[in-house]
Amino acid sequence: MALLKTSKFIPSVGSLRPFLATLPIRASSWWTEVQMGPPDPILGVTEAYKRDTNSKKMNLGVGAYRDDSGKPFVLSCVRKAEALISSKMLDKEYLPIGGLGDFNKACAELALGPDSEVLKSKRSITVQTISGTGSLRIGANFLSRFHTVARDVYLPKPSWGNHTPIFRDAGMQLKAYRYYDPATCGFDFTGALDDISTIPEHSVIVLHACAHNPTGVDPRPEQWKELSAVIKKRKLLVFFDMAYQGFASGDIDRDAWAVRYFIEQGHNVLLSQSFAKNMGLYGERVGGFTVVCADAEEAKRVESQLKILIRPIYSNPPMNGARIASTILSTPELRATWLEEVKDMANRIIKMREMLVTNLKKEGSTHNWQHVIDQIGMFCFTGLKPEQVERLTKEFSVYMTKDGRISVAGVTSGNVGYLAHAIHQVTK
Amino acid sequence: MSIFGEVPQAAPVAVFKLTADFREDQNPRKVNLGVGAYRTDEGQPWVLPVVRKVEKMIADDHSLNHEYLPILGLPEFRSSSSKIALGEDSPAIKDNRVGAVQCLGGTGALKIGAEFLRRWYNGTDNTKTPIYVSAPTWENHNAVFSNAGFEDIRPYKYWDAGKRGLDLEGFLGDLESAPDHSIFVLHACAHNPTGTDPTQDQWKQIADVMKRKSLFAFFDSAYQGFASGNLDKDAWAVRYFVSQGFELFCAQSFSKNFGLYNERVGNLTVVAKDQDNLNRVLSQMEKIVRITWSNPPSQGARLVAITLNTPELFAEWKDNVKTMADRVLLMRAQLKEKLKALGTPGTWEHITEQIGMFSFTGLNSKQVEYLVKEKHIYLMASGRINMCGLTTKNIDYVAESIHEAVTTVQ
Repeated sequence: MALLKTSKFIPSVGSLRPFLATLPIRASSWWTEVQMGPPDPILGVTEAYKRDTNSKKMNLGVGAYRDDSGKPFVLSCVRKAEALISSKMLDKEYLPIGGLGDFNKACAELALGPDSEVLKSKRSITVQTISGTGSLRIGANFLSRFHTVARDVYLPKPSWGNHTPIFRDAGMQLKAYRYYDPATCGFDFTGALDDISTIPEHSVIVLHACAHNPTGVDPRPEQWKELSAVIKKRKLLVFFDMAYQGFASGDIDRDAWAVRYFIEQGHNVLLSQSFAKNMGLYGERVGGFTVVCADAEEAKRVESQLKILIRPIYSNPPMNGARIASTILSTPELRATWLEEVKDMANRIIKMREMLVTNLKKEGSTHNWQHVIDQIGMFCFTGLKPEQVERLTKEFSVYMTKDGRISVAGVTSGNVGYLAHAIHQVTK
Repeated sequence: MSIFGEVPQAAPVAVFKLTADFREDQNPRKVNLGVGAYRTDEGQPWVLPVVRKVEKMIADDHSLNHEYLPILGLPEFRSSSSKIALGEDSPAIKDNRVGAVQCLGGTGALKIGAEFLRRWYNGTDNTKTPIYVSAPTWENHNAVFSNAGFEDIRPYKYWDAGKRGLDLEGFLGDLESAPDHSIFVLHACAHNPTGTDPTQDQWKQIADVMKRKSLFAFFDSAYQGFASGNLDKDAWAVRYFVSQGFELFCAQSFSKNFGLYNERVGNLTVVAKDQDNLNRVLSQMEKIVRITWSNPPSQGARLVAITLNTPELFAEWKDNVKTMADRVLLMRAQLKEKLKALGTPGTWEHITEQIGMFSFTGLNSKQVEYLVKEKHIYLMASGRINMCGLTTKNIDYVAESIHEAVTTVQ
């Protein structure tokens, strides 16, 4: 460890550090021992894509929706909401620690449904968070502090790359349950049930509510029912991550079905929601964290503790995105427009999946590509191996993550043919 | 049987409870001198004219979208913000050894800085490294550092209640007795809650000891421009430390000086020895950001970046900032005059000697209680008042009430 000059051993600091000879101040730094952090695997893909000069290049790494011209899409309901909001000339006073009340209410209703018994009995608390990541982080911190009966968090295998470091940094231990079956490019239902049935009681289990990231593989309703039963039997604490409500099937109620079913079955769940994708509010950081409690009194206690967790991180959340989301959800005409636009986005993705498979067949591919159509949401686990992915990138300038995941949102009617051709070349 | 059956009710955050109580109070003469937000002479929040202007520009620009910002934030925001703190012609910036992380307000900047220091400052486990915060300090400082894993948070002497000013001797003494390599949280200007800043000469003495003992300077700069009305003057201490060769952090907030409270606009400026060290530090901060909020909110940063990077808008902003600072200075002068005219016992020079939004009145907790309960004047139990809560319409009532509290309550 670099020191500016030799110093005595300091008993209050736990470890011995090597001394350096006296150095002039400018020559040495506090940060000499700081290692270079590894590049983010997904961002790395985009960086490489940007450097590529091939006019046919495709970026299938990024998890952001693109329209059929490959451009970012600002929903018209968002633009309308923004115009409405700016006409109100609102002030910029601090939001409460738990965020914009109107947003929290609308956010909870969107997930739980307007007839939710939980909402009627006021036995849940929803706080506004910094999109999905911020929501998971608050949830992880809450578990770490208050769910002392168990330290293990079970993630599906595979899961979103950021789940692990978030929970780990919060002090939880990570374990996994079988989820994706590479043989079928589908759901390993029996593997999941087997694994879950042996999870120690009271452990936390993370479930992707819909449009599993990165595989796009979701359980069917009958399968969800069995999962719920086994999870209940094991007395596990369910933590739903719902980042794609509406975006998966095009129907917000259908996409929230698993969350609502579990609640009906008596699971008092934790829930993270993001409006990054379904409202295209990525950079505004709009999300919610909900805890379903035993009763209203408990919800109040939990709320007070969530505020204590939030305050030393960022004090209170940003207004802009939450205000937009809240306006959309509670203005009937805007809400209707939003539901249409979300359906359009979902349908474009579904169409691209179909076109990709059609084109692969046209190319003469004899592989079974049914999973491309069966999977749902923004991502598709193609089943491509790392060597094939590498060839796709090197020979065809098609950029994706090494695990074979593509963001279908990056596919357009203009480039789907090229993509099919490229995939066929590396898999034939 | 609930897993959360044992979760205790947490006490509400004091400053927000104060505002909540104020809101519920029906008394027509009520005054809120609690939360640190600027108010106009009509007692209203003030959205800076330049902010409204730039907001409209952003709203009308349909080429803008809501895509994710990079993890470290909007580049134009980060660089222009650091320039504000360190000066346009900062040699450190010219040396390419200044970087920044866009964060959620000043709190977020402190958080990322704290998390980084705990992991990387002096070895890879700084849970036992002492963190020194001023006595008193912003009430959230403690929580930010303890939540980041620091186990040893200590006060350094700062406020001298007897003479109602800086306890320089005590401060320097604590610096001397601190273990080498301890981390010190310094208020860049307009100390919260006392409004008492070291003079330039005193800062030099502080810097001398810190350099000699290899103490780390973590500046909290929430009021640049707002304190004196002059950006450069308010940044003098930070720039002095940089000129003395310190590697340091500066957590900047644009909540007050841009009035962007709820958009959470902050910047953690990092000054390192050289670009190589800087890059490694930023790469590790990126990892911390990714597991905290992934990437920061776009609206506020855009607004600030456009303003700082457009000459006419920048000039207009500085003017808006001066407007706010001047009104506060006026209220300070008037409050002092009125207390003197009333013959209120004690000296009240500290009201105009102190700087920024807050004043540590010196009122004790009983007197504060009297003001809150009997006079419906809301201030923090510490005796801290937000000068922005004063207006030409309520200042007489407040002065008279303080007079009553001081003369009738001991």
